[in-house]
Amino acid sequence: MSLAVMDGADYMRDPRKHHFHPYADNGGTSVAIAGDDFVMIASDTRLTRGFNILSRDQGKVLGLTPKTMMASSGCWADVLTLKKVLNARLTMYSHEHHDVMSTTAVAQLLSTMLYWRRFFPYYVSNILAGIDEEGKGVVYHYDPVGHMEKLAFSATGASVAQIQPLLDNQLGALNMKDVTPPTITKELARQLIHDAFVSAAERDINTGDGILIHTITKDGTTDEKVKLRRD
Amino acid sequence: MSILHYNGGCVVAMKGKNCVAVATDLRFGVQGQTIATDFERVFELGPHLYIGLPGLATDTQTVYQRLQFRIKMYEMREGRKLKPQTLMAMVQNLLYERRFGPYFVEPVIAGLNATTKEPYICALDLIGCATEPADFVVSGTCSESLYGMCETTWREDMEPDDLFECISQSLVNAFDRDALSGWGAVVHVIEHDKVTTRYLKCRQD
Repeated sequence: MSLAVMDGADYMRDPRKHHFHPYADNGGTSVAIAGDDFVMIASDTRLTRGFNILSRDQGKVLGLTPKTMMASSGCWADVLTLKKVLNARLTMYSHEHHDVMSTTAVAQLLSTMLYWRRFFPYYVSNILAGIDEEGKGVVYHYDPVGHMEKLAFSATGASVAQIQPLLDNQLGALNMKDVTPPTITKELARQLIHDAFVSAAERDINTGDGILIHTITKDGTTDEKVKLRRD
Repeated sequence: MSILHYNGGCVVAMKGKNCVAVATDLRFGVQGQTIATDFERVFELGPHLYIGLPGLATDTQTVYQRLQFRIKMYEMREGRKLKPQTLMAMVQNLLYERRFGPYFVEPVIAGLNATTKEPYICALDLIGCATEPADFVVSGTCSESLYGMCETTWREDMEPDDLFECISQSLVNAFDRDALSGWGAVVHVIEHDKVTTRYLKCRQD
């Protein structure tokens, strides 16, 4: 072997490709349902990586303001970062304006923050739930780059395929002849969230262990924990 | 996306009280483009015996034709109609013969046993591995949504009318969230004395 090759500079070596894997999928499923004077937002409590369970007790709903909560799932590292930055922005807002941010403003802020990462996105699926300026329950659904839609109910995360058609049918009354959509009460919303998660946990390994259901009204929030299958 | 998702389509079958139902959508497409909306992929193979063949459409037709041939040979040789379980074994054999170059279909079988009137459903993967559950089976491009719908709406011992409502709502709401399935649906409800076939009106997009 010639001396030139032995002391070969970098460009003389075989070309080698290096990969960059910045994202992980940590599962998790969230559902939110809005009523006239309340909104319910729930998530499962399982955190996964591939076939491993990282936690059986990790809720995915983050309280942002007394009237607004956000459920995030996807890449857990990105969820934590997004939460940190969003909370900082909310604190700055409250210092500047001597008031907490309204739900509609938080909704727009979240969309803008996600789009700022348009070419290196936060790998998260978000639902934002809260009480708006008129005291009504609202739900906002996001894609990872900040597309936003205001809805009456929504599911997101690992088991969205299992849960969303059920909500369309039971709350949207889609494909039902001579049926008007039901009035959404707390009892109906809670029952449906429970049924949806039980079904999802039955068929999706990324969903299970438990559900954390949060109810927001103008008077404050309440939490409830329900068990799911742990296998 | 796998070749199983190339043409789109889905099938679901459910057990009821002395009855079974099998339902499918009617879309035939090439990836995002819809070519036909009258493509039936559930076929009658005998009295009280149906098979659904979702997957690659060319293989849907080939597997159906080869099955028809084998069933006719069986009925001539044996001088009797075949049982649902026999059909399942026949499909397993047909698919496993192509173990290393498979037909891209994931069949669903639904029927009543001709003598005992026992309800029967089963689903196979593309190389013939079968499952025979007690409740329902799903297959096709929106199988995840079908699992979600069936898991919540299915109840034990449903009468034929309830079974029809259950399978129809499950199918239609599931494929409404799937771009590759939909554009109409057919439901067969199989009872020991009759088979009721209904075409469902649903959203066309």
